[in-house]
Amino acid sequence: MSTTLEAPAATRGLVEITKVRKFFGPTEVLKGISLTVEPGGVAVIVGPSGSGKSTLLRTINHLEKVDGGFIAIDGQLVGYRVKGNKLHELPERDILKQRTEIGMVFQNFNLFPHLTALENVAEAPVVAQGRSKSEARERGLELLDRVGLRDRADAYPRQLSGGQQQRVAIARALALDPKILLFDEPTSALDPELVNEVLDVIRELAKSGTTLVIVTHEMGFARDVADTVVFMDQGQIVEQGKPQDIFTNPREVRTRSFFSKVIEPAFNI
Amino acid sequence: MSSAATRTSQPPAETPSPIDPQAVTDTPPAADSPSAPAVPAGPAGLRAAVDYADYRLVPARRPWRWVGTVLVALGVAAVVWSLATNPRWEWGVVAQWFTAKSVVNGLVETLKLTAISGALGFILGFILALMRLSASPLLVSVSWTFSWIFRSTPLLVQMLLWYNLGYLYEKISLGLPFTDIRFFEAQTTTLISQFAAAVLGLTLNQAAYSAEIIRGGILSVDQGQVEAASALGIPAWRRSTRIVLPQAMRAILPTAFNEIIGLVKGTSIVYVLAYSELFYTVQVIYNRTQQVLPLLLVATLWYVVITSVLSVFQYYIERHYSKGAVRTLPLTPLQKARKFFATHAPVNTTGRK
Repeated sequence: MSTTLEAPAATRGLVEITKVRKFFGPTEVLKGISLTVEPGGVAVIVGPSGSGKSTLLRTINHLEKVDGGFIAIDGQLVGYRVKGNKLHELPERDILKQRTEIGMVFQNFNLFPHLTALENVAEAPVVAQGRSKSEARERGLELLDRVGLRDRADAYPRQLSGGQQQRVAIARALALDPKILLFDEPTSALDPELVNEVLDVIRELAKSGTTLVIVTHEMGFARDVADTVVFMDQGQIVEQGKPQDIFTNPREVRTRSFFSKVIEPAFNI
Repeated sequence: MSSAATRTSQPPAETPSPIDPQAVTDTPPAADSPSAPAVPAGPAGLRAAVDYADYRLVPARRPWRWVGTVLVALGVAAVVWSLATNPRWEWGVVAQWFTAKSVVNGLVETLKLTAISGALGFILGFILALMRLSASPLLVSVSWTFSWIFRSTPLLVQMLLWYNLGYLYEKISLGLPFTDIRFFEAQTTTLISQFAAAVLGLTLNQAAYSAEIIRGGILSVDQGQVEAASALGIPAWRRSTRIVLPQAMRAILPTAFNEIIGLVKGTSIVYVLAYSELFYTVQVIYNRTQQVLPLLLVATLWYVVITSVLSVFQYYIERHYSKGAVRTLPLTPLQKARKFFATHAPVNTTGRK
C-alpha cells in the first residue's frame, strides 16, 4: 500500500453525486443534489445552517442512507451493488469496507475518550484492515507526528485541547489511507485561537492528492484551499464555482446576501 | 481591604492593571510586617500595589461544623459502648460460631450461589439488553416481556415454582419438535435439585434487572461514538465491546454493584428450598441452641464482610473504567495514606498550596 499522502497520485477519489434526495420524516432536506468532485480535488460546501450541507456529507460514506439518486466513488456505488437492473443494498460488512476508503472528521471530534491518542489512531487499521498491531502503532505515531502531536501519543482525549483533539481525529481518519476525506465543520467546536492549527493541517492535506470534501463556515480558509466552492441553501445547490469567482462575483442573489452576512469587512484580499 | 479600595477608586495612569499581580511584583512590599497590611499614606500609597505572597493564610472558622462533629462523635461512642457492654448481645457465642465449620460451609454456598447466578445473570442480562436495543420488533418484545414477567413476580414464588417444576412437567426432554426424536430426556425432579432451582431462580431474576441496567449504560454513551466507529469501518461486535461497553461501564458499575450486593443477601431467600447456605445454616443452629440473636449476628457480620470486600473491588474497578473520563485519576486510599505519612501533613484536597 503506497502512502499517497506524500506522493500525490490524484488518480483515485472521484466523487459523483447524482440527484440525491433525502427526507427526515416529511421534510425534504436534500432536493436532488448533483455534484462531482475530481480525484485530488478540494470541494468546500458553504451555506446557512439547516441547508443540508452536513447531511450531504454524511450520505457520501453512507452514514445517511439516501432516499433517491445515487453516489459513486471511482465509479462504484456507495451502499449498493448493481445486479441486472436491480440495486441490491450491500450487507453491513461491505459497507464497512467501503467506509475504510472514506475518512471522516466530525464537528465534535468523536474521539474515543477511553483510548489514548495513539490507540484512537491505531484501532481501525487493525480491526478494519487486518494490519498488525505493531505496524498500526508505527503508522499511528507517524501520523501523529504529521499533525504535530507525536509527544502526546499517550494522552487521553480529555487531556488535550480542542484543537489537539481535532488533529488527533484527522490523524485517525488518515490511518486507513482513505481516497477521500470528509470534514464536517471541523473547526466549529473550537475556540477561535485554536482554529488555525486545525486549518493548517487540512491545508497540508489539500496538497497531498487526497480528495477533500469540507463543510465549513471559515470563508477565508475556503477561499484559500478550495478548487470548487459549493453554496447550498434549503437542500439545493444554489451556485458552485471557483473560489475567486464565487466569492468576488456571485451570480445569485441568495449567494450574495449570504456572503455579505458571513464575510467580515476585513476580508477583502 | 483599604489598599484595594484606594487603588481602584483612583487608578494612576501608569500603574499596570491592578488585577494582574505579576505586573506589580517589582514594587516592594508595602510594610515590613507581613501580618499588618498597612499602606503608607500619600501619593506613594496609591502605588503600593501589594504583593500578598508573604501573607499568612487564615482559614475561615466553622464553629457549627465542630459542634456537629462533637455531637456525632458522642452518638457513635454511645452506640459502641452499648454494643460492647450489653451482655445480651452474647459476643462470646458470636465468636464461638463465627468460624464454626457448618457456618463456614454455609458461607461458601452463599458465595457460590452469588458468583454463579451473578455471572450468569449479567451475561443473560447483556444479551437481553442487546435484544432490547436491536431493530427487530420480535427481539425487542421478547426481551421486554422477559423483564416484565421476572420483575413483576416475587422471587420467592419464582423459587418455589422452579423447585416444583416436576409437578407441572414430569419429564424434560430435548428433541425435534413434533417428532419422536429425542436427544435427551430426564425426570424433572432429578434434574432440578435445590441447587439448580436456586441458581435458576436467582439467575433469571437477576438477568431481568441487569438487562435494564446494561441497557441504561449503553444508552448513556454518545451516539457520535458509534457513528465515528462505523465511519472507521469498525465491525458491529467490536463497536459494542471495544467502543461502547467500556464507556457504558461507568454508568453500569455503581448500579451493578448495588445489584450484586443485593444478590449476596438475596441468596438468603433460598432457605425456602432448605438449601444450606449461610442464612439457612444459622437458622438450623439457633433452632437447636435457641441463641437466636447471636447467630443472626454471625450471619450479619459475614454479610458485612462480603459487602465490604465487594465495595473495595467496586472502587478499583470503577477507577479502572474512569480512565480517560477524568483528566487525572484521583489518588487511591492507599496512595493518600502513603502521601499523608510521607509528608506528615494533612492531605489537602482543595489543590491550594
